[in-house]
Order: sequence, then C-alpha cells, then structure tokens
Amino acid sequence: MTVVFLGIGATAALTSANSFDSKKLHISSRRLVSETKSTFFVVRSDGRLNSGSNRRAQILITNAVATKADSSPATKPGHELLLFEALREGLEEEMERDARVCVMGEDVGHYGGSYKVTKDLANKYGDLRVLDTPIAENSFTGMAIGAAMTGLRPIIEGMNMGFLLLAFNQISNNCGMLHYTSGGQFTIPVVIRGPGGVGRQLGAEHSQRLESYFQSIPGIQMVACSTPYNAKGLMKAAIRSENPVILFEHVLLYNLKERIPDEEYVLNLEEAEMVRPGEHITILTYSRMRYHVMQAAKTLVNKGYDPEVIDIRSLKPFDLHTIGNSVKKTHRVLIVEECMRTGGIGASLTAAINENFHDYLDAPVVCLSSQDVPTPYAGTLEEWTVVQPAQIVTAVEQLCH
Amino acid sequence: MTAAATKIIQPLPLNFTNTTPRSPDKALFHPLKTTPSSSFPASTHKLRLTKPNSTLARRRSTAVFAVSDVVQEKKPKSNTFHPNLLITKEEGLELYEDMILGRSFEDMCAQMYYRGKMFGFVHLYNGQEAVSTGFIKLLKNEDCIVSTYRDHVHALSKGVPARAVMSELFGKTTGCCRGQGGSMHMFSKEHNVLGGFAFIGEGIPVATGAAFTSKYRREVLKEGDCDHVTLAFFGDGTCNNGQFFECLNMAALWKLPIVFVVENNLWAIGMSHLRATSDPEIWKKGPAFGMPGVHVDGMDVLKVREVAKEAINRARRGEGPTLVECETYRFRGHSLADPDELRDPSEKAHYAARDPITALKKYMVENNLVSEAELKAIEKKIDEVVEEAVEFADISPHPGRSQLLENVFADPRGFGIGPDGKYRCEDPKFTEGTAHV
Repeated sequence: MTVVFLGIGATAALTSANSFDSKKLHISSRRLVSETKSTFFVVRSDGRLNSGSNRRAQILITNAVATKADSSPATKPGHELLLFEALREGLEEEMERDARVCVMGEDVGHYGGSYKVTKDLANKYGDLRVLDTPIAENSFTGMAIGAAMTGLRPIIEGMNMGFLLLAFNQISNNCGMLHYTSGGQFTIPVVIRGPGGVGRQLGAEHSQRLESYFQSIPGIQMVACSTPYNAKGLMKAAIRSENPVILFEHVLLYNLKERIPDEEYVLNLEEAEMVRPGEHITILTYSRMRYHVMQAAKTLVNKGYDPEVIDIRSLKPFDLHTIGNSVKKTHRVLIVEECMRTGGIGASLTAAINENFHDYLDAPVVCLSSQDVPTPYAGTLEEWTVVQPAQIVTAVEQLCH
Repeated sequence: MTAAATKIIQPLPLNFTNTTPRSPDKALFHPLKTTPSSSFPASTHKLRLTKPNSTLARRRSTAVFAVSDVVQEKKPKSNTFHPNLLITKEEGLELYEDMILGRSFEDMCAQMYYRGKMFGFVHLYNGQEAVSTGFIKLLKNEDCIVSTYRDHVHALSKGVPARAVMSELFGKTTGCCRGQGGSMHMFSKEHNVLGGFAFIGEGIPVATGAAFTSKYRREVLKEGDCDHVTLAFFGDGTCNNGQFFECLNMAALWKLPIVFVVENNLWAIGMSHLRATSDPEIWKKGPAFGMPGVHVDGMDVLKVREVAKEAINRARRGEGPTLVECETYRFRGHSLADPDELRDPSEKAHYAARDPITALKKYMVENNLVSEAELKAIEKKIDEVVEEAVEFADISPHPGRSQLLENVFADPRGFGIGPDGKYRCEDPKFTEGTAHV
C-alpha cells in the first residue's frame, strides 16, 4: 500500500490496494496559515486522524465513485441524493446561514430553476431573495455585481452557461476587474453558476463550454463540479468565498446519484480531487469527462495499466501541487477535457505542466479535447466531437508503450 | 413574503389630466406642458434644435408625461429674508462652491495633462456642473452614485477629497483607487461612489444592483429605515444601449429606489445625438417602461435641484425609479484628445452664454442672497484647494512593485496552490510583486 505524502503538515492520502473503485479516502481541505473557517481534517500517513486547528470535522469521509455502493464501516450513514439536489442542499444551507445570500436568474423562483436546482426556495425565502429576472443577462449580472458591491452575496444562475456570453461585459469588466480598479475597496463575492457542456443533441448554441473564454479574465476563480459530493462542497465554498467564482455544472450530470455525508462540509476551491491513484500515467480531467476517463480506466486496468486519475476541479487556478506530485510519480500526462482544442483549459494546463514540471516528463503532454467544431445536432456527429473512452484508451496505450 | 414583487406593475397612463395623486407639495411631474415664466436666468425647456432640418426633433408627442414646470408651482422653503427664493444663503453658497470646485478642478486637470502629469483618456466635465451639483448635493453619505468615464466631478460632489482624485489621476498610491483605476474609474467606498466605468452603459446595471440592495435590506433583512437611493449618471449615447433599457425595465418592475440621470450634452464623441437616435427625446422613454420621465434644463442648477428633490424623494418613499433628462452641454471636447471640430461654434456660444456657474452667481447676487465678495472668497478658497491637491499628488509616491498583485483577489488564495503545496500568495514574491501569476 503506497502512501503519498502531500505537502508539509497539511494532508496525506492513503491509497487503497488494487481496485480503482473501492473506497477511497477523501483528501481534506488544505490549511492556510491564517485561515480558520473551512471544515477539514488531517489524515497522517500512519492512518491516525488528527484534527487541524479548526476542530469541526473529526470523521473519515470515503468517497465512492458515483454509482458504486459504499461499504466502509467507518462512514456515517449519510443520505443519498442526485447532483442537482446536492447543489440545492448546499445553496439552501448557505441561504439559511447568511441572510445576504440571494439568487438571481431566469426562472429560478416560481419555476424552481430549469434544472430544479432552486426548487421550492422561492416559497421558503420569498420572491426577492430568489429573484426571477427578465431575460437580460448582461443587466442582471451587472445588477448582481452592484448588489455584491453594496453588501449582498448574490448567486447568478445562467439558465445555460452559453447565455452568459451575453453577460461577458459584466463578467469580465466588473466581476473580474472591479476589485482591482477600485484599489481593493469593493469586493464582488458573487457566484456565477449554470449548466454547460455538450448534452444530448442540444445543438451548437446550447452545448458551449465557456471555461475557455472566461479563463483569461483576471480576478475570477473557476471550478467545475462532477459528483454530488463535490457539487455541494464547491457550491458552499463558492458562496463563502470573497472572490467572484464561476461554478461550471454539466447538463448531463445533474441526475448522478451518490451518498453524501449528513454533516456539513465545505470543500476547497483551489484543490484537485484524486479519483483513482495509480502509477503509470496521470490523467487529468474535469466535469463530465471524468466519467469517460473512469470508463476507459476500467478497460485500461483490464489491460494491465495503472492510471492515476485526477479531477482537477479547480479550472482557474490549477492545483499545481496535486498535479505536480502526480507527474513526479508517473512521468506521463494525459489531459482529457470537453473544452475546445484551441485555447481551452487543456491548452493552459499543458503549458503550466510544461513550465513547472518539464524535468519530470518522460513524454510530451498529450491533450484530448473536443474538436474545434460547433456541436452538431446529429447524434453521430455530436459523439465524434467529444472525446470518447476508446480514444482515451488508445492515447494511454500510446503514451505508455 | 408578499407577492408584491411579482405583481405586474401597470405603466402609468400617458394622457391623463389633473387626476394624478399629488404629493403634499404638489406633484413635480405634471402631464401638462405650460410655458414657464420663471424668474430664473436660464432659458426655456424647449428641446433645442441644432439643425433646421431635424424634423425628428420637431415631432411632438401628445403623450407628454412630464416636463418640469414646478418652479412656479412649488412652494419654496420658508426663507425669512427671501420668501420667494428656492434656496437659502447657505445652500446657495454650498452649490456655488461645489460647482466652482468642479470647474477649477477640471481646468487644472487639463493643465496637468498637457504638462505630462496624467495620461490616457481624460474626460472633462466643464459646463455640466449643474447636474452633478444639483443632484448629488441632495444625497446622504449612504446614498450611492454611479457614473461613467466623465466622473471626476461626480466624485468631488459626493465628497471624495480633491487631493484623492488628483492623486488618482497622477497614478499615485494615495489616489482614491491606489492609482490602479485612473481617470475613468473613480471609486470610493467611504463616500459610496460605485465607479467610474469606461464602457458606456456598464455602470447602469451596477447602480440598479445598489438600488436592489437598498430594497433587499428593507424587505428581506428587515432594516425598515433603509431608504438609500442610488443615482446613475450617463449620457445621451448610452440611451441607445441595451443595458439602459434592460435596467429601466427592471428598476420599474421592482420599484427600485434609483434615479436615472441622463446628461444629454447632445454629443457622443463626434456623433450627434440627433444622428444616432430615432426619437431624441429621451425623457419619453421613461413612461414606456412605467416610470415618470422628466426633462429639465441642465444648465440651471436650481431647476435641476428641484427636479432632483422630487425624484430622490420618490425613490426614498418607495415609489420607484424616475428618468430625468438634463439638457446640458460640455464646453470642452469629449476628452483631452478630442480636437472638437465637429461642433458648431454658434452652438458652443449658445451654451457658453448659459454657463451654470455664471447663472447661479447672477441669481444669487441679483436677489441679494450673497455679496460678490463672498463668492470671490469661495473662488479663492477653491483655488487653494485645487493647488493643494496638485501639490499633494506631486509629492505622493508612485506605487511600488509590491502593489502589483495585492488587489487582484479579495481572497488571495485565488492565486492557487503552488507546486510546493503552499498557497502561492504565501510566497514572498507575491508581496514583493515579482511573482508571475
């Protein structure tokens, strides 16, 4: 059993023996010297639990891959729910905790959200706190920013992430830059969230991946959730953050089911998630492609490979520590993303890895992204624009031969 | 929570007569058009026509919703020595001082720019002082203002010290935004100046958001006495922009405590308002969204002030937004880089004759409110303030390297985790400003 010791005094991960989808320990939040708020625990390399300076969580949380039943005796019962319900739970807990947290977006109120993330919240909190806006993305995003500057903590929902292209002016100029241009006087603690990614034949305009467009905006953070567990944790972290955070959800992942802890937990916005530890190759992915990667991993394991799969989760900034440690171990990197090839997250990640870990690479970084093609409506064509598990298997075989 | 916010708000009828509910002091916004016979030095409310063949401008709508004729009807504050005047001596001096500050400051900016002390795009407010002074001097500190790139004087009127603004223009760290904003991005948390925006229309949603917060605090957070108002200042060019219309809709829909102040100076750089707008009467766009639209002579600070009082009080009472179109003019070019060749000299002369500062001075002196000497004293005082501001800015330090990365994130953990496992902001190179992000 290998132990990966990550960082000075912060965390350690215990890896399980052989099977990639058996119980795994979830890496806790990292501790910043001056930071006190997040729920976290520290797992030492000899397996002893040690709580950090914040004494909140004393339990071991195991994180099964979405559909697998979790049978660890150390787990508290928890409750099972779907990803969109996990988002709602996180949102509701934060709204309960802080009266300044409000939601703005199209159909978030009476309709309950086009993907039901805000279902029943308007009944509970009222029409002003869960605000149904007219169809004016640029203006209601700007309005949320103005509200954030004057003390509220709004969450802006884009009914589809693609619609936020209309709000690019406000997101880039005001959301990202206003804290800086005001000399630090105003903070913009907004969360911008919504479903994006390629769905099932939704057509080109509803299948966009905006993470590549937004990544250059200075001053914002971007995270992508992929499981109910990290969806809730990231939602809560994003709401509590003083920075503007864009939370990317995926249209096809809303109905994923998982058992999540009953007790409150908040994840770290800047950390990546170790999905499957391995030895031969590092596969970096996020959002829906995580599932394609895990599917490919099944095949790869049968063929005798041992891939290490990391869900990077934080698209901006990258968690260079988790990624770096993995690269130093395996010396080979494959990036699998749904973003476009040109200027996507994978492109930035490739550059970052080459810059920081060049000496540790035995082979060039390979990046599998979607084709630079407007997503076609036809099912067959759509399938070919996105990375499929077979391609992942081939790429790993080529990298590892 | 009541369903009030979801009720469809009926737009105010356009052609009604004197059956409107009146505020105790008689409603400012009358559906009638009467020619004013005001005792004020400035001239009429008629929409000016600069080109004889602009039939567009000649179009009169029967749906006149609001023209400010209140001057005659409104009961002035009781003023023992001057019962018929709209302002007391103290108020008059305050207004005069504010306008002189605006004018002197902007003139000094021009000088400093040509001497190479400030760079980039600098947009001066000369000629429009009546709007800034007329509105902002009625506000409390907690009220917010949002402006455009022509924002120096708005910031000054709201109370930002002249030295902080001048320092900001010089790019020094003592500037109101630590030198990071510049001419077009004046912010002040202390005085609730929410910017300073370079793209036109960009600030209007932000202002709408500030107004939303005010309503939220009253209705959700139950701070019953929160009656903060927000003013959004922008120009005629902005009134053709989507964000303007989208925000008029939302503000009227939710009855937000905001006043939309249009500083119609007829020109958007070199584009005449009449060439860019199908219906150039901007105040008419208010009723289309269910709020009163008012047109006022923006070269007359007292008229602006009267309209502003009513609009701001309307917002404070929770009755919703107002659109105020101020007919005004900028004496200088769009910016210090603008040669200003397109505007007709006779148009410029026409407005130069209506200089708001001269007008107020004349009014106060003729009505024996103040003496010439008192006004001279104010001018001298302001000269000293502006000189001092320049000196202060001159001796202030330039930002050091360490300032480069400080304000990118409110929470610097946003820079991420470095290869060594520590947050990158803990790296000393970050405080030095030499780290690469």
